[in-house]
Amino acid sequence: MKSLLNNLRELRRYPSSIAALVIITGLFVVAAYAIIKYPYSEAVRLWRGGEEVWYQNPRNAPPLWTNWFSEIKKPVSFALSSESENDAQKTTFVNDRGNTESQIVYTFDYNYDEFPQEIIFYFTGNFVDKQPFASIMWTTPDGREIRIADMGVAAKTTYRFSQDTKLERRVGRIPVMQGLFLDPAVGTENPVVLKGTYKVVVDILTFEPNSSATAELVLHGSLHGWAGTDHQRRDLMLPLLWGTPIALAFGLAASVITGLLTMIIAAVGVWYAGWVDELIQRITEINLVLPFLSILIMVGTFYSRSIWVILGVTILLSIFTGSIKGYRAIFMQVKESTYIEAARAYGASNTRIIFLYLIPRIVPLLIPGLVSAIPAYVFLEASLAVLGLGDPVLPTWGKVINDAQNNNALYNGFYYWMVEPAIPLMITGLGFAMLGFSLDRIFNPRLRGL
Amino acid sequence: MSAESPTLEQTSGSVKTKATVNTLSRVGKYTASRLITLFITVVIGVYLTILIANMGGYVDNIMRGEIREGIAMRLSQDQNYKNMAPEDRQEYVATLVSQEEKRRGLDKPFAVRSIGFLVNALQLKLGRAINMTSDSGSRLVSLIILERLPATLLLMATSNLILFFAAIFIALSLSRRYGSFIDKMVVGLSPTSSAPPWFYGIFMILIFAAFLKWLPFGGMIDSPPPAAGLPYALSVLKHMILPVSALIISALFISIYNWRTFFLIYSSEDYVDMAKAKGLTDRDIERRYILRPTLPTIITSFGLLLIGIWTGAIITETVFQWPGIGRATFRAIGLYDTPVIVGLTIIYAYMLAITVFLLDFIYALVDPRVKVGGSK
Repeated sequence: MKSLLNNLRELRRYPSSIAALVIITGLFVVAAYAIIKYPYSEAVRLWRGGEEVWYQNPRNAPPLWTNWFSEIKKPVSFALSSESENDAQKTTFVNDRGNTESQIVYTFDYNYDEFPQEIIFYFTGNFVDKQPFASIMWTTPDGREIRIADMGVAAKTTYRFSQDTKLERRVGRIPVMQGLFLDPAVGTENPVVLKGTYKVVVDILTFEPNSSATAELVLHGSLHGWAGTDHQRRDLMLPLLWGTPIALAFGLAASVITGLLTMIIAAVGVWYAGWVDELIQRITEINLVLPFLSILIMVGTFYSRSIWVILGVTILLSIFTGSIKGYRAIFMQVKESTYIEAARAYGASNTRIIFLYLIPRIVPLLIPGLVSAIPAYVFLEASLAVLGLGDPVLPTWGKVINDAQNNNALYNGFYYWMVEPAIPLMITGLGFAMLGFSLDRIFNPRLRGL
Repeated sequence: MSAESPTLEQTSGSVKTKATVNTLSRVGKYTASRLITLFITVVIGVYLTILIANMGGYVDNIMRGEIREGIAMRLSQDQNYKNMAPEDRQEYVATLVSQEEKRRGLDKPFAVRSIGFLVNALQLKLGRAINMTSDSGSRLVSLIILERLPATLLLMATSNLILFFAAIFIALSLSRRYGSFIDKMVVGLSPTSSAPPWFYGIFMILIFAAFLKWLPFGGMIDSPPPAAGLPYALSVLKHMILPVSALIISALFISIYNWRTFFLIYSSEDYVDMAKAKGLTDRDIERRYILRPTLPTIITSFGLLLIGIWTGAIITETVFQWPGIGRATFRAIGLYDTPVIVGLTIIYAYMLAITVFLLDFIYALVDPRVKVGGSK
């Protein structure tokens, strides 16, 4: 054990292993953050949610940092709620007729070069008989006022600016978004956005004592958030964050369980020798004939796409592989050593010898193998997801790649959609592979000088 | 081949004949027992695949459901069926369903069918597919596989052969320049091989197809296909560049690293130092003292490479829409087409068994220290 720690201390001598440890620590921090920010059930609900969850987001919007690399600044989406003090100022008073009047003022800076896709108001009304009444006014940076609409507010009312034909006529028979954001000095031939601070004022009149209404202003730009959105308006930040704990859990579980079981089975085979050993060897040969990936795909297609089932099958098929032969060769040597003979002489039981004397001896050899195997399992999980066999409820990196692939993201120019999940995959793979390489050199004396 | 067993060390004549007889009987015994174990291995492996491809009767139920649905769909268009009396209709549907089930062999219990599958598969009678058809419209599994085979062979052979020889060649020259900048760079880059080929594939499509628009996104040939001959070959070549590079890049650095480490271990042997001391050229040292003792390992990995060429790359072919065996496998599984899955497995199993069997003898041929069937 002491030599193990000494060996691990040697890691400091390899710069790549320090980089690897930083990466791996970072991954665990991100994984912990993801689980805390979105608990499992919440993550699944959001990932499987439709319009009602993601209505605030535009479809297929690249992340906002793409603006940093572009001359033309594209509008970034946002949502402003009347219930949040940071988003809007709300003033309420009772007028002379005894009705409550509230004025909600939204102000936002619009310094982009392109017109937004759409502006939508989501009203919720709370009343018994008489609907609250809302009227919307638009003020441009140069002080022009445009009346948008007046409407009664039902329990749930959605008002989409672009779909209002009256408004279209009012702004001069051009698309509403152009009409509202137009720089009048340039004209409508080559419309240009008037940059500056826009103001939207919503007056809500309620006619009952306990009646109230909320209004949420949502602007669908061409960009959204730090990760962008997919074809179902879902924020890609969710699968990017949640992919981390899933990839780590799958990779670590598959690698550690496979490694330990392989080692135990090899030790048992060597210790009991005879038919046990023979059986293990034969199973290994049969397993070599089985088509690994095809079987996983069959299990995924016919039976279950649950990540736990796939993990179980992966482990089952990975135990009896070439590595069992490697361990066997080492155990054969260890079995002959004098301390084992001594243990036998004092009457140690078979289990005692296997678990306390044989196995601990080769743990140092096991560790580099375990770490180096992790990337393969992480990519295996992603590969199955890319084939459309990912867990149906979990947001993972592989599934984002699969979605991107199915929607021809590369052909349509949505590069972020493919690249964003690929980068954490690459980082995870590199991190564990680099650490595995360094460990291999430390624990494998033959490689030490090389 | 067995007569040439390289264990004839004795010089005296009579001893030599006796030794030859001994060698022959030993090699014969070994060959027989090895063949039997390998055959049993293949039988069990293939039978397990058949069992898995059926998922404990689950796939049968899916197929029965599909048959009923298909017949119902067909009959809903049928005017005669609409004019029948309700009892007649039911009877008619029942006969159609049982006919179709009989055609697919669903009327027999799975245990019987699975043995049938196994026996036919072992004789390489691959039979007919359930849902898949070859491009020429045939349902014969062998035709479906043969149609896909050239595409996979082209892709995998090109990439694997380039990869194999490039890796060994570069590794040899690196082991000579051990510790140089390039050497360190290759060692540093080797963790990049933890990503599979499809992963590099999507980046290559992004850069060369989507962004630069130099090369096609996928497929094997332009549409419509150009005239046969040179234009055709050039079109295939153009489509091959990205998948072949993805396959090579994903494995190149780790292969170089492994071979280089392997060669370095062998070049630190005393006899190599001795050869250097004698003043032999680098070329001679490499050929006679490094490559020769490592030949068995090189041959093994070449043998496994040949098998790998056959199986194709399921995901890479899917990502690049390459019409090969890998994609056919994926489609066969998606269509619950057990005969095709079993057919692909049996060919793989046989090839693996034959390669493993031959390697034993090739070892004995190239390495005088190895004895065929000798005591371990």
